[in-house]
Amino acid sequence: MNLVLNEEERILRRGAQEYFNERLPVSALRKLRDDDDANGFDSAAWREMADMGWAGVLLPEEHGGAAFGYKGLGQVLEAAGRTLAASPLVSTALVGAPLVLAAGSAKQHAALLPAVAAGDCVLALALDEQSRHAPSTIATRATSDGGGYRLTGSKTFVLDAHVADHLIVVARTAGDANATDGLTLFLVPQDSRGVEVARMRLVDSRNAARVTLHDVALGADAVLGPVDEAWPLLERVLDGARAGLAAEMLGTAQEAFERTVAYLKLREQFGVAIGSFQALKHRAALMFCELELTRSAVLAALDALDGGHEDVAALASLAKCKACETLELVTSEAVQLHGGIGMTDAEEIGLFLKRARVAQQTFGDAAFHRQRYADLQGL
Amino acid sequence: MSATLDEFRAETRAWLEANCPASMRTPLPDDERVWGGRKAVFNNPDSKLWLERMAERGLTVPTWPRAYGGAGLSADEAQVLREEMSRLKCRQPLSSFGIWMLGPVLLKYGNEDQKREHLPKIARGEIRWCQGYSEPGAGSDLAALKTRCEDRGDHYLVNGQKIWTSYADQADWIFCLVRTDTTVKHGGISFVLFDMASEGVETRPITLISGASVFCETFFTDVRVPKENLVGELNGGWTIAKELLQHERGMIAEIGRTVGGTVPPVDVIAKRYLDDGAGRIGDPLLRDAVTRHVMNDRAFGLTMRRAAQESEAGMASGGVSSMFKYYGTEQNKAKFELILKCAGTQALGWEGDGFSAGELDICRTWLRSKGNSIEGGTSEIQLNVIAKRVLGLPD
Repeated sequence: MNLVLNEEERILRRGAQEYFNERLPVSALRKLRDDDDANGFDSAAWREMADMGWAGVLLPEEHGGAAFGYKGLGQVLEAAGRTLAASPLVSTALVGAPLVLAAGSAKQHAALLPAVAAGDCVLALALDEQSRHAPSTIATRATSDGGGYRLTGSKTFVLDAHVADHLIVVARTAGDANATDGLTLFLVPQDSRGVEVARMRLVDSRNAARVTLHDVALGADAVLGPVDEAWPLLERVLDGARAGLAAEMLGTAQEAFERTVAYLKLREQFGVAIGSFQALKHRAALMFCELELTRSAVLAALDALDGGHEDVAALASLAKCKACETLELVTSEAVQLHGGIGMTDAEEIGLFLKRARVAQQTFGDAAFHRQRYADLQGL
Repeated sequence: MSATLDEFRAETRAWLEANCPASMRTPLPDDERVWGGRKAVFNNPDSKLWLERMAERGLTVPTWPRAYGGAGLSADEAQVLREEMSRLKCRQPLSSFGIWMLGPVLLKYGNEDQKREHLPKIARGEIRWCQGYSEPGAGSDLAALKTRCEDRGDHYLVNGQKIWTSYADQADWIFCLVRTDTTVKHGGISFVLFDMASEGVETRPITLISGASVFCETFFTDVRVPKENLVGELNGGWTIAKELLQHERGMIAEIGRTVGGTVPPVDVIAKRYLDDGAGRIGDPLLRDAVTRHVMNDRAFGLTMRRAAQESEAGMASGGVSSMFKYYGTEQNKAKFELILKCAGTQALGWEGDGFSAGELDICRTWLRSKGNSIEGGTSEIQLNVIAKRVLGLPD
């Protein structure tokens, strides 16, 4: 297992950080929020990212991708996490693209992947149906209808659904409500008749929507991958999503931490910098330790995904769990250690706290992944 | 490169399989641990054979140069050796403060005569070392040490007292911090080596909350130390002392992770006492707590691995030994508290027939683990070091 970055990955990491600092600093997210931006991200910036290969970062070159792997994408996401950059990196580059790649037919690949890599196609995975991540708890039903299917159900917290070109809907074609068997993926053009998308206004000002499927009629060619047997593919891509999001969260946590340490050196009370107080030093040092552990877990998961490591599921849950715990700790401490100014909307640190809690819930929180890790390890 | 490593792996595996005695591939009970030295004890004769075979090839100190008793392995090769030893469950042939603490600083700061004199004896387990650092008035504030070392022309004369000297009563030699200048604090400390058989050295064992211990009080009365036993510059000992502390922190963190006596991992104990009938931990809250612990353990292990790889790639970052010492020891204490919760009163036996040897071991080791975050620099000191050296927070 390789836990250090190679030269190419280090260059990608540096380049990505320069890009986000310059082009999508935290103030860009604030502006999207304050302008009530209809798109929810900067389309021109997304095109620039696609030009740099980031939209198709996981895709092979034959589909127009950059083939940097999960470790490469992790570097971009971590850099994005530092500036809270809003973009379809998660919905499309991290989740949609590898899912279509893994499950799709040659025809579906040709129809979608080059467009994804070019930044012309946003994909949205319509998975969860409840307020907590429960990927096999699927009540949305797909029933056979002649040669095709009809889809009925409702999805929540679908990232980028309101701006997506295609939804990838996880629907039940067989089995009981919580069974991992009997799930099938469907490619649904977002503007299909019967698809109702209602944007959710979440605290992090990023894109998510409720999707209601009213007897949506689909041809047989809408099926993505094997009927009834989507689970292994889906789970693998979700593990990539967990590790990748953990990388974004690591960036968010690292940035919130560094801003807080800088503030401890700057802010004076009782005639001295408050960072000279041992009570605060120790809290900072504890956060440092947790960040280091999280970084190791994230790198291990990304490396395992690229290397086809057999333990990828456990490592993905470890990474997401540690990222959730550490980001919760760091963002809560960040507001506390900033004192009164940390409670103001004018100060940026609060935006890190808001993003943190949404990211924690995305693809499973710490409790979800502890439970999953325990099950995987037979504890 | 990797082809060469693969060859090295194959050779190493074959050699270990041919040369590691069967009884050396079983878990190491404390009474079979080999510390070497003039009073070396081999409760299992295979231990002696195993030590000799490993030492002959320099594998007790695989990365040290051959000239000083090592095997001259690269970090990658040493990692392969560790992996292959772990795969075969080979015991470490030698436990040694000489290897873990003194050796690395002697390689860096010792003169050629000192290296040739001391390092091969460490590698072969012929001389056992102890560490003369803490004093009754110098714990966390180590640089406040007062043990005097006076220049008497052709020799030094040492007077004073050390405390918490692990295995002082078993050791042959001591590496010792002494005061050679009373007018300055850090700049008045020197690093000297001397024979514990010297006239004027006296040791007294200390009993801990966990019972008998390896710690001693050590007294020096007019001990003559040859001048060639000064390591580095006169009054330049603090730099060496600090560097050695990093090795010690690493060692304690690693020991905390890997030994803890012969107590099994927390998840094994949790299943033993709380089996749900299907081989899983039956109590949901304790299962969650055990899982949390096991996950942190894994993330910590990955972090140690990452640090080793970064160091190999020349990307070492400061402050990591403090982090490992802090986290490793706190994690070890947490492990024992969790074990007590899982095993209940069966883990609280002090002695007698109502408890298995393993259960009595848990209780004693739990008590002993409380010292992990005190010895070698308290947890609070480690956090101070991180805050200052890594985060740059002001004094």
